[in-house]
Amino acid sequence: MSDRDPIVEGPLPPAALDDPHLQPLAKNPGRTEGIAALSMIVGFLGFLGFGFTYWINASTQWLALTLGIGMLGLGAGVIAWGKYLMPQGPFVEERHDFHSTEPERKAMTAVITERGGMVIKRRKLLTGLFAAGSAVMGVVLLFPLIRSLGPKPAKSEQTFGTTDNSLYTTNWRQGSLVTTVDGRQVRVDDLQTGGVLTVFPRGHEGASADQVILIRLAELGPNDPPYQIEAPGKTEWGVQGYVAYSKLCTHLGCPVGLYQQQTQQLVCPCHQSIFNVNAGCVPEFGPAARPLPMLPITVDSQGRLRANGTFNEAVGPGFWERP
Amino acid sequence: MIDKSLRWIDDRLGIAKGGRTFLDKIFPDHWSFMLGEIALYSFILLLATGVFLSLYYVPSAHEIVYHGTYVPLQGQRVSEAYASSVSLSFDVRTGLLMRQAHHWAADIFLGSIAVHMARVFFTGAFRKPREFNWLVGVSMLILGIVNGFLGYSLPDDLVSGTGIRIAFSIIESIPVVGSYLGFFLFGGNYPGSGVIIPRFFTIHVLIVPALIVGLLAAHLGLLVKQKHTQFPGKGRTEKNVVGTPMFPTFIAKTTGFLFMSTAVTFLLGGFAQINPVWQFGQYQPYQISYAVQPDWYMGWLDGALRIMPSWEWVGWGHTLPLMVFLPAVVFPGLIFTILMAWPFIETAWTKDREYHNLLDRPRDRPKRTAAGAAMLTLLLMVFFASSTDVLANFFQLPLEAVLWFFRFVVPLSPIVAYYLTYKICVEMREAGEDVGERKRALVVKRTAEGEYITEPSLPRPGDGHVELDAIPLPTFIDTAGPELATPGGVRRVIR
Repeated sequence: MSDRDPIVEGPLPPAALDDPHLQPLAKNPGRTEGIAALSMIVGFLGFLGFGFTYWINASTQWLALTLGIGMLGLGAGVIAWGKYLMPQGPFVEERHDFHSTEPERKAMTAVITERGGMVIKRRKLLTGLFAAGSAVMGVVLLFPLIRSLGPKPAKSEQTFGTTDNSLYTTNWRQGSLVTTVDGRQVRVDDLQTGGVLTVFPRGHEGASADQVILIRLAELGPNDPPYQIEAPGKTEWGVQGYVAYSKLCTHLGCPVGLYQQQTQQLVCPCHQSIFNVNAGCVPEFGPAARPLPMLPITVDSQGRLRANGTFNEAVGPGFWERP
Repeated sequence: MIDKSLRWIDDRLGIAKGGRTFLDKIFPDHWSFMLGEIALYSFILLLATGVFLSLYYVPSAHEIVYHGTYVPLQGQRVSEAYASSVSLSFDVRTGLLMRQAHHWAADIFLGSIAVHMARVFFTGAFRKPREFNWLVGVSMLILGIVNGFLGYSLPDDLVSGTGIRIAFSIIESIPVVGSYLGFFLFGGNYPGSGVIIPRFFTIHVLIVPALIVGLLAAHLGLLVKQKHTQFPGKGRTEKNVVGTPMFPTFIAKTTGFLFMSTAVTFLLGGFAQINPVWQFGQYQPYQISYAVQPDWYMGWLDGALRIMPSWEWVGWGHTLPLMVFLPAVVFPGLIFTILMAWPFIETAWTKDREYHNLLDRPRDRPKRTAAGAAMLTLLLMVFFASSTDVLANFFQLPLEAVLWFFRFVVPLSPIVAYYLTYKICVEMREAGEDVGERKRALVVKRTAEGEYITEPSLPRPGDGHVELDAIPLPTFIDTAGPELATPGGVRRVIR
């Protein structure tokens, strides 16, 4: 704003009231003023209406309508005033180059390099100490800023922690009782063929990392051979027709909640990854790259479902430290 | 009175000279120059409605039993964040209006930034000396997108909660530091130790708005300092600005526009339902809803995630989820880097080091226009790809077909858009200057000799736009004396 154009110094250019630059754009200013006034009156009434609708606690629609009319009316009136009744010019303002003169630039460079450089050269020890001190400060200040925020992730599969600090761990253990989110123990006759249930290890109902989708593929009895899963090493895991997979999508961790019984596919509603339940939940379509980890299930003597071990890999989406 | 108080202030602050310059500032007129104003005014509305919401919203994941007026939720265990979002919608007068207006204002804010940015891009307004302001603008766009995501995550509803889960997984996908970053931000493994809602709240209401306010001040300060660009026209040069003065004309119009755009946002907030969190329900990590799309400005990221092939690199004891890292981290990083760097890419290409205060017509810069069209087409196509499930349902097509369609269309469409835009621009440029002007009718006449000739009809009103010569803004206006009646008469300046 310092670069003032010359008109402030010299004599100001005169303008007559009949100068066309000062004339309103409106052909009939009186009528335009009337319309603007009417618009503002509507706006005024709109605001009064808003006050009233607020007072009587009217619905959101009435509040929005009155407020909208108030602002539209007042706004349109002011715009009409500005556009049709105020001087439109065109007026001109000069621009000036932003750059300084060459000597001014040189002078500033000189201040930095010569005056500043001299100070630094003469006191190398102080310069170095100040730089070192600032650098150390910068680094140590990051500790409370970042490191305090949360726990470090547990290093590997071996260092089992809780699900709170480890991406490898779930709360499923050998013998964990299979329960629903409201804590009810799942029994072998709870699901029919095609039935689906989201289950958790007992005591950890609702925990994100522990969610498992339990599917009954066939109603087999205790003496039938297990349902055959077409996955190497897991063919015998379909005890009494039950299979259980981690419900965390291996793509981005959404719950894989859609089960299509006819095709025996699990579909993730987030990004449409499709997993083949019959083949160990290998991804058949979409962006997911890994199968949903399978949880071995068994039925105890009282007909309750229990985990027959735990997941043998990290559940959920991939991450750098995952082997 | 005004004189007296101005004197009092000027004695202490010396504002008269600069203030006068400011009031005399000339703004060039063009409809496309108001797109940025929409962004400014929706940001003001965001601050105002946001303050209102923050008086009632409780940023806490703590579980309580809901006892508000929304019957279906009564007696259920929900987080305080969710309960307060529902309560401020139903139990606070104007609460629902403010919440929905806030949400609409956020969508409009980012929409108007995008359109404003396209205007600046296609007219070359980012060129020297305005590269700083381009960088400031792109930074505000990024911050706006981030804050939009944080904001709609705060109600802790089922839809946004899924978004937070996806965000955690995206952070996890970053090589080497991903799991650390995720654990630090969330205070542990997902869903974290209940800190994510309060942390998002602090970032959403304090850190990002403060950054945007600072950048906005810089954006407008640079605009004042460097003066607005203008389209070429009568009397307009690289060395001047032609238009209307800040005071009173521009002020009146822009104030009116503030009212109008705020009115539209409130009307949308009152009549067009947006983000009805009470219908979605409290977020539970094991529940999910079908056909859920994020707010529009996140759609392009979601679309990129959907169409990515399932590439996951595993080796040397490490996993690199490329199908997440590439579309969700590298892709937006690349897009924003290109946006940021564009003014410098263009000067490196054109070797143009001149000042540019006059705007380009897009057709006159076919390559830039084509590049912009290609970028917009790419983003639009990945945006559409974020609703593969909805499109498959709507058109009764297999999901596989829709996905494969986008896997081809997304990379190919920018090439087609570039080629077509380039050709159209070149053709329009060659067509001459009178393209787009109203044609004069031709009248067929018979001469006395019996010869038929055609000649243009007489001009109709509005055919020729008469523009006055621009004059410096006068401060002092003559009283209309009798001697002024004759043109060219002596004008008396009153001081």
